[in-house]
Amino acid sequence: MEEVLFFASALGALGGAVGVIAMRNPFYSVLALIVHLFSLAALFLLLTAAFVAAAQVVVYAGAVMVLYVFVVAYVGGGGESAWEPIPGQRFLAPLLGIALFIELAIAVLSSSLLALGEEGADVQAGFGDPAAIGRLLLEKFLLPFEASSILLLLAAVGAIVLAHRRQEASS
Amino acid sequence: MSIEWYIVLSALLFATGALGILLRRSPMVILLCLELMLNAGNLALVAFSRMVGNGQGQVFAVIVMVIAACEVVVGLGLIVAIFRRRLPLNVDDLRELRG
Repeated sequence: MEEVLFFASALGALGGAVGVIAMRNPFYSVLALIVHLFSLAALFLLLTAAFVAAAQVVVYAGAVMVLYVFVVAYVGGGGESAWEPIPGQRFLAPLLGIALFIELAIAVLSSSLLALGEEGADVQAGFGDPAAIGRLLLEKFLLPFEASSILLLLAAVGAIVLAHRRQEASS
Repeated sequence: MSIEWYIVLSALLFATGALGILLRRSPMVILLCLELMLNAGNLALVAFSRMVGNGQGQVFAVIVMVIAACEVVVGLGLIVAIFRRRLPLNVDDLRELRG
């Protein structure tokens, strides 16, 4: 059962990722990314990370993707230019991507990290639920938590400054 | 289900995102591919957290999500600013900073 769920979600995640880079219209790319994010949330649930999966669906597939859809609708599709500044980019890029995947796979799979266990450690019932994550965030990781809240505030202010319509520019 | 499968899937998703950044020219799609790479990193973090049996990797994944949200907000603000100035939304045309 777990294998079936894993391979279904993995296919969804991979198909969504390929859809993001293959679609000509950015709107369809955003929709493919939503499929990818939902499949990834299922994978997080398989890894007993309930809170991360919920945050993935609510924050990413909910809020961030709505922002993307709004901006795509505002800016419009926009055709990409056909000319290639780097000759042979279309052939070199997939080669580089495959090389990166092989390098990552070799780096991770040949390391001693996997000696920790094939199936993972035995975890108790409350592993990864909101209570456990909240306790970790507010006790052990209070400083990163506060720093990320300041970063969010700065990003919001920065976005307002960047997208602000200036009076002298419009006149 | 062995953890290795998750790690290999994460590497595959990361390589797909990197490939998208190399291939596409629209800043919007490049931001989407950045999301793909961050999510691949998140998957690896959660998988390692499950393997060790420690919740700290999941906290790390949540913080990465916050960083990704910040990056999206600033990136989309830049795209809207580019669009308002009637500049082309194409990373090959936007090369005034190139030496």
